[in-house]
Formats: sequence, structure tokens, C-alpha cells
Amino acid sequence: MTTQIAPKRHKRFTGKKVSLTISAWVLGFLFFAPYLQMLLTALKPQEEITAIPPTYFPKEWAFDNFINVWKEIPLGTFIKSSFIISMSATLIVMFIAIPASYYVARNDFRGRKPFLFLVLVTQMFAPTALVIGIFREIVKLNLVNTYLGLILVYAAFNMAFSIWILSSFFSSIPKEIEEAAWIDGCSRFSTLTRIVLPLSLPGLATAFIFTFIAAWNEFVIALTLTSSPEQEPLTVGLTALIGFYQVQWQYLFAGSLIAIVPVVILFASIEKWLVGGLTAGSVK
Amino acid sequence: MIFAFVLWPAFEMIRTSFQEVSTSGITQGWAGLENYRTLLVNPDLPNVLIRTFIWVVGIVFFTILISLPVAQLLNAKYPGRKLVRWAVIIPWAASVVMSSTIWKWILDPYYGVLNKIAIDLNIFSEPIDFLANPKHSFAWLMLVAVFVSIPFTSFVILAGLSTIPDDIVEASTVDGATAWKGYRHIKFPLIKPALLVAMAINLINIFNAFPIIWVITGGGPGYETDTTTTLGYKISFRDQDIGQSASMASINLIIILVFIGIFLKVSKSQERNA
Repeated sequence: MTTQIAPKRHKRFTGKKVSLTISAWVLGFLFFAPYLQMLLTALKPQEEITAIPPTYFPKEWAFDNFINVWKEIPLGTFIKSSFIISMSATLIVMFIAIPASYYVARNDFRGRKPFLFLVLVTQMFAPTALVIGIFREIVKLNLVNTYLGLILVYAAFNMAFSIWILSSFFSSIPKEIEEAAWIDGCSRFSTLTRIVLPLSLPGLATAFIFTFIAAWNEFVIALTLTSSPEQEPLTVGLTALIGFYQVQWQYLFAGSLIAIVPVVILFASIEKWLVGGLTAGSVK
Repeated sequence: MIFAFVLWPAFEMIRTSFQEVSTSGITQGWAGLENYRTLLVNPDLPNVLIRTFIWVVGIVFFTILISLPVAQLLNAKYPGRKLVRWAVIIPWAASVVMSSTIWKWILDPYYGVLNKIAIDLNIFSEPIDFLANPKHSFAWLMLVAVFVSIPFTSFVILAGLSTIPDDIVEASTVDGATAWKGYRHIKFPLIKPALLVAMAINLINIFNAFPIIWVITGGGPGYETDTTTTLGYKISFRDQDIGQSASMASINLIIILVFIGIFLKVSKSQERNA
């Protein structure tokens, strides 16, 4: 009896493993498929895009779409704008959020609770909901069509999340480590830079990349606040390819892929830390 | 000094949110009330409100429902797990505008790949315009929204799962719990905090999800696939009626506060039960 069950069990175990693997791979493919379609479309020449019936794979691989798109629209300018805006916003966020969340994590000051609540509330109001208020404010400040306008808005709206993540990271570092450093003659500031920050590197990376990507991908505010190709970031600039009568899909998708690939790589590179970063954020 | 530094962005945002309200109130004076009146008699508004409700509740529900098993799959051990995780990350990292554009293209009646697949598989013989009927296109919009929401949600749940020590699960198996029971009674309560966070953030994101609708249907035909968010945008930047749109936005803020309020209440009572 037992000898019969044992191999059966073994077989069921591997069967389970195989089906698990297959379903995971199918799942992965489902999430990847739209972007594969994006790539395949980006590699088709114009006449094949509007062929009926459509083709799965390009008959003729138009790799030069990825070269021509730079001439079709000022892609280089868009990328430059996106990069300057996202990077500046991210640096501002980090510059303010690191000391702020360290302070919040280490001191039980009066008004700490209301402060954290305020942070949470700001997290609730997405920029989309406030777009009109933001628009009027930016008009008043004379910052329409400037990098600075977008930078300030993005920095302000991503601050809350970063403070939230970072303060839970900082408070997870035992105080004793810092006290030991003080005894060894470290100043408060160098304790922060030499002990606390290296220990919370995963949290810092998460906050940094989240802010960067949120700014890189933002659409509504950018759509509202910019109207000249000089200042438009990528997300808005690419929509120029959606013409009134005709959409140049191959260039639209080639440009999109050029925008997507770096952030996906960035994101995938912190995948290991991502889970830890989110854990810290959600437990708190 | 740090305290001031800290509070500045928070105040800045609160100030902005107040400005929002005062755009109709102060700038327009008593005309502000007129704005609300015009908005409230808009015959499309009730439908838009109902649609917004379906939009938020439906998408959050399905996102969570699908993300739970997805997180389970991302957490299990099998060859190529890293690649699968990376694939699931893509829609999260990619801009929603671009993801929406590719979906619009996939759903295209003439050139879209979905029709091609369906015809090749003999599911139907003639190409179908998936977005022709507003009810259908709204369902497709919701599907796209679920698609872009799952990655974040399942990673938050995954983060919750990864904090569960293996021996707890093992102990329950030794005690004779089936896989499902172990999940239901051991794992699920432990990932609940993560789940609540994911739900709250999804709630806010979905309510404000603008690009998906804007890119794929533009809220059209007419206002048939608009939510309050896209309607507000249309009123202000297409109809150029800033005052009325500000009242729409203010109503939006109230709606999201109500959603959040309900959510907080539910999660608090959940906590007490646990």
C-alpha cells in the first residue's frame, strides 16, 4: 500500500510544480504581451500597419522606425525635458524627505501625529483632482510652460509617499546602533550619513525610484501646464503623433518604447528591494 | 527648522486644495453657487456619478481579487520566477498613457490584434468594434484599469506574504490544514494590513485615473464613458468654464473623502474584529 502511494505522491508533487510553473509563465506573458505588441507594431512599415487583415509579425522589419522617430518629433528634446524635470523633482524630494522623515522617526515631538496625518491626507489628493487649482496657481506664479512649475508640483505631490516610506525605514533601525556611533565620537550628522543612510539604502532606493518614475510618467498636469514642444515632457510630446486624421502608430510606439525601457530596467533593478520597501511602508 | 521644512510641502498642498474650493467661491463671489447649479442640472451628471461609483468599486474589487492569486504565484518557487516578476512589473513602470495607447491599438476594429486573434481562433467571423457600444467600451476601460493596477497591488500583497515566516505555514500543514485552509486562516489574516494599504492607494488612484479614459475613448461618445474626473477636465479645458469645473472638482474631493471615510471605517471595524 505505502509503496504504491509514495510514487504517486511524488508524481503529484512534480505535476503540481509543472502546472505552477506554466501558470506563472502564462501570467508573466499576459502582462508582457501588450508591450510585445507595441514592439511588433513599432517595427512595421507604414503600409503594413494599415493592412487588412493585420499581421502578427512584420513582413518587413522596419528597424529604421526607431531612427526616424527622432526626426519625426523632437524626441531628444522631450527626453531631455522629462529627465531634467523628473531628476530635479526627485532630488528636491530626497533633500527634504530624508531629514524630515529622520526627524519624525527619531523624535516624538508635539504634533507628530497630526503631522503624519497631514502627510497621509496629501497622499489622498492626487494631482488630477487638484488640476484646476494647480493650474490657476501656476498661472499666478507665471510658471506656465516652465520646467520649474512641473518640478515644484511633482516634488510637492511625491513628498508624502517618500516621507512615509523613509520614516518607517528609519524607525526600523535600532537606536542603539546610533548611540554606539555617538559614543565613538560621531556627530549627529555623520551618524546619519555614515550609519543610518547606508542601512536604509533599500528604502532610499525605493523612494528615489518611485518619485522619479511618478514624475517621468505623469500626464495630466504636464498636459495642462505645458504647450510648447520646448518644455513638454515625453508623455505629452508623444501625443503629438496622434493627429486629427491619422495616427502614426509605428512612431508613437517606437517613441513609447524608448521612454518605457529605461524605467522598466530601473524598476526591475530594485525588484529585490521593492518588496522590502513596500513591507516597511505598509506595516507602519 | 526641520519642522518648518517638513510642513511646507504639506501646507503648500493643503493651500492648493483650498484654492481649489475658493476658485469657485472667492474668485467668482456668489456666482459660485450658480456654477454648482449649472453643474447639478447637467442631465449627464447622474449617469456620470453612477458610472464613477461602478468604476471605482468594480476596479478595486477585481484588482484585489485577481492580485491575491497573482501574488501567490509571484511568491511561489519555480524556474524563471525573476523573469515573471519583471514581466509583471512592466505595466507598473510604464506610463499609463502609453499602456492605454497600446490597448487602444489592440482593440482597434480594423487593425487591432485582438480581432485578428479572435477571427483566427474562429470565435467570430467578422471584426468587431469593441469600443462601439459605450457599455462595452466602459467595460474595456475597466479591464485596462485593472490591468495597470494589478502589478502594484500584487507586489504590496507579495510584500505582506514575504513577512510570513515559513514555519508558521509548515506548522499548520503538520497540524493537518489543507492548503486552502492554511491560506484562509493563517496567511490571509497576516497579509490583511498590506491588503488594506493596497486598497486605499488603489481607491485613490482609480478615482483619479484620467489617462486611461482620456486616451482610449476620450469619455465619449458624448459623456457616455466619462467619470467625474474626466468630466471635470472636459468642462474646464474644453468648455473653458473654470468656475463650473472647479465646482465639479470640489464635488470630486468630497466624493473621494467619502470613499476614504467609508474605507477607514470599514478597516477600523475589521481591525477590532481581528
